Amino acid sequence: MAGNEPNTRPRAPHLQVYKWGPAMAVSILHRASGDGLAIVGVGLFLWWLGAIAGGPEAYAAFVACVWRDPSPEITLFHQVTNILGKIVLVGLTWAFFQHLFSGLRHFVLDTGAGYELKSNKLWSTVVIAAGIAATAATWLYIMAEAL
Amino acid sequence: MGDGTHLGKVRGLGSSGHGSQHWLQQRLTALGNILLVGFFVVSLIRLPLGDHAAVLRWAANPMVALALILMVVSVFWHLRLGLTVLIEDYVHGPMLLLATVLLNFYAIGGAVYGIFTIARIALVPVMAAGPGGM
Repeated sequence: MAGNEPNTRPRAPHLQVYKWGPAMAVSILHRASGDGLAIVGVGLFLWWLGAIAGGPEAYAAFVACVWRDPSPEITLFHQVTNILGKIVLVGLTWAFFQHLFSGLRHFVLDTGAGYELKSNKLWSTVVIAAGIAATAATWLYIMAEAL
Repeated sequence: MGDGTHLGKVRGLGSSGHGSQHWLQQRLTALGNILLVGFFVVSLIRLPLGDHAAVLRWAANPMVALALILMVVSVFWHLRLGLTVLIEDYVHGPMLLLATVLLNFYAIGGAVYGIFTIARIALVPVMAAGPGGM
């Protein structure tokens, strides 16, 4: 192919063509949550590890950025990052549970079970609901402990 | 795509012959992640995360440090497999090589940074005690 003429080969239908269902959603969420954990989650984990090794001051700076700045006059930057940090942490909690439950579903599918339309739809829905429920339960527990 | 000819193999087309290895490693590291990341997340929820001394004491415990290093290995191995598939699905042409190289830099660099940092956290108290001081 010279590369200039328009590609007339038939193209595989993509997301917008299909009717959305739980199985399709859980598949995409598995990839999205995995990528989020791999890039954002692992990045935050390495930052946290470095802050622990760096000593009390480095660790306090990390906490002040990601969670809560204890100083009386909080900079605008930290006001933003304190909110952003909590959103990211809740998001990572959800991504962890979503990827965990979805991964467990894949272990079941690997045995050849759970492909019947009804049970496939049921367990896809259960995975999504369980991911949200576990995230809510975790943060309710954290907030109850913090108060 | 490659049809198994010598030219196709030279161009890296067609099956790499490593599909089942990739599949199995993804499952085995997933099992490792269930145990190790599960332990890590439960620890995070229970730790007083604002208290540096408490977090340091926890991470410096030899069994915890060992579990954290194993977790870094399992997680980075698993994420490299997962992101490889992501890149293969969405990146084509010359960018494919660049993205794959960057992924390997991230996976190896991140894992080494993580392992080194955990080792430092676990071993600094031992070194500070000086020779003979255990």
